[in-house]
Amino acid sequence: MAVGAEAIFGESLITTKLDSAISWARESSMWPYVFGTACCAIEFMSVASSKYDISRFGAEVVRFSPRQADLLIIAGTVSYKQAPILKKIYDQMSEPKWVISAGACACSGGFYDNYTTLQGIDSIIPVDVYVAGCPPRPEAFLDALLEVQKIQATQSLLEDRAKRVFKGVLDV
Amino acid sequence: MSKSFKEQFKTSYTMDAYGAFVLDKTLIFKALQTLLEEDNYTFLVDITAIDYLHVKTQPERFAVVYLLRDQNFQNLITIKTYIDSSLATQSVTPLFKSANWAEREIWDQYGIHFKNHPNLKRILNHKEFVGHPLRKDYPITQGQLCHQSDTLMDEMTPRLKSKGYTSHEDLMFLNLGPAHPASHGTIRTFVALDGENITSAVSEIGYLHRGFEKSCENHTYNQIIPYTDRLNYCSAILNNIAYAHAVEGILGVDLPERAKFIRVIIGELSRIIDHLVCLAAILVDMGALSNYWYLYNPREKVYDLLSKLTGARLTNSYMRIGGMSYDLYDGFEHDLKVCLKEIQQGVSDTLKLIEHNRIFHDRTQNVGIISKEDAINRGLSGPNLRACGVPYDLRVTAPYYHYETFDFDIALGSVGDVYDRMMVRFEEIKQSTRIIKQAMQRLPEGAICVQDHAISLPPKKEVYSNIEGLMNQFKLIYEGVKVPASEYYRAIEGGNGELGFFIVSDGSGTPYKIKVRPPCFYAMAAYPRIIEGSMIADAVLTLGSLNIIAGELDR
Repeated sequence: MAVGAEAIFGESLITTKLDSAISWARESSMWPYVFGTACCAIEFMSVASSKYDISRFGAEVVRFSPRQADLLIIAGTVSYKQAPILKKIYDQMSEPKWVISAGACACSGGFYDNYTTLQGIDSIIPVDVYVAGCPPRPEAFLDALLEVQKIQATQSLLEDRAKRVFKGVLDV
Repeated sequence: MSKSFKEQFKTSYTMDAYGAFVLDKTLIFKALQTLLEEDNYTFLVDITAIDYLHVKTQPERFAVVYLLRDQNFQNLITIKTYIDSSLATQSVTPLFKSANWAEREIWDQYGIHFKNHPNLKRILNHKEFVGHPLRKDYPITQGQLCHQSDTLMDEMTPRLKSKGYTSHEDLMFLNLGPAHPASHGTIRTFVALDGENITSAVSEIGYLHRGFEKSCENHTYNQIIPYTDRLNYCSAILNNIAYAHAVEGILGVDLPERAKFIRVIIGELSRIIDHLVCLAAILVDMGALSNYWYLYNPREKVYDLLSKLTGARLTNSYMRIGGMSYDLYDGFEHDLKVCLKEIQQGVSDTLKLIEHNRIFHDRTQNVGIISKEDAINRGLSGPNLRACGVPYDLRVTAPYYHYETFDFDIALGSVGDVYDRMMVRFEEIKQSTRIIKQAMQRLPEGAICVQDHAISLPPKKEVYSNIEGLMNQFKLIYEGVKVPASEYYRAIEGGNGELGFFIVSDGSGTPYKIKVRPPCFYAMAAYPRIIEGSMIADAVLTLGSLNIIAGELDR
């Protein structure tokens, strides 16, 4: 038997925690900024196209300004030359924000173990979900999206993500 | 042929064992000038350097190699010069504009100085980088952090000055890229705007420099194939073919007929999907989103076919030295027919929307023009050069894999604008379809690999059942294909133009040096000059129409 507000208004009203309601909204409409640098970005084009259709998961509003995005997808190799730009873009995104590192290069440098390739972007910015593959199949991208949704579901509005301690090699 | 050059320099040059004309470095400028002006060697294919640190028989540590083609693109000449301990030579930029970036790259990677170069600074590595990574004594894994990007004002200020701007007050400076939706990856163009017009532009590349060439020097010949996939990742298999073709050239092997035809079929299919991405992306840049779906969805279909054939959608690593990894699967022909039909449908749907569309014409015609002469001098090739009306296609000028026996046309433009570059690609999709259909009809049965177990892996049955097979397998995997010592250049017609590999081998299973001739590199070098005087919106389309692929550009 319903109690409280639900008893008075019937089925037209649901009570829940504020955190759950906000998380539900966040999960269902992520706005990704795709930091596409290489081959993985071409696979992301497939993720966004009709066959794999990222909009099924509410993340089709791909933004080209970090100011408007809450999900940063790094798809491709990041070189030492590119690193300060990646950091700048991450810093420009407002909280709350999440990061997917897609593909072997972004995660670890991949098979580019050499003088020019950053050996994993997590030395520059914090990463929430890593995706394996060179490049990952579109399904793997979508799976990563669901993983981010799971993380979002556990987060509290009151918890201040901005205070998360992260110090990368480019942070002074 | 190089008649004047041979007459004038007959006492000065020597031929080396690999067919290169070796000249003293003081004569290089004059020699190239003679070749250009008298012998009509108008196309500078590539310039590269070699570090002979580990080769004791060479007279000097460094050498610079120039590759040139004549005006009919029939003859290739290799000029080589040794660089003494002063580590400096004369720049050839006054002769070939394409030498500008090529020489910068050599300075960046090898530390060889080019006198009178207009702007000798790093190009692929960042400005805080110390040392020259392609030198043999630079450790491959020694990375160096970059803290700040280049402002590019050191290039912009003289450029503006040359156009009569002494003050920057009325100008607005804008960065297009390296993280910009229309920058197609990681390309940065820094522009000075007067209102909406670009008065001056400077491009910076190297944001996707992944050390391809250094990595090659540390892997066996077959291990390099996955690296080649990631050069122009929109048509990975064409890169596989170009690379394998060059190595096979040194080995002096001829592929079995079936292998040649499979390479033609899959290669042309790759060309088609390369053009599809280029066209889809540029139409999105133009705001014509529906065409993106028309053109991209057939590509998805081709991915399915390639997954079945090679196990990967995008980076296929299908070719091997001396052949390929798998034969065609049962039902391939049917899948291919479905793909071709969808491609044809996609192209005709798109053309229906744009071919007679006034907005499309206004946005693309007479925009981003590059003249025939300028394009050749700047080293453009492929669809970008053909759009200017130059009939240069390696499948015709230097046919390989029986291309001379296929019935197809070279698509040519006349103006050299965005419209021509797009329409040439649309036409090439149709021509490639024709080639594939003919090749499927003529596809013979037989082996798909060279029947030489010093080159191709033996069948698994032999590996498991006799010692010789096991040894062959073991040696090929551990030591690599033994390629005789040589310095060799060979190219094929890639998705973006002349895609060549210059390989220095030393008889071992690992190349001593590999240099790619990336068609994008030269198109990109021309780009800032093409867009000067036009608007930002036109610059976006021009970049899209040149089809710059960062993986190939920066390597």
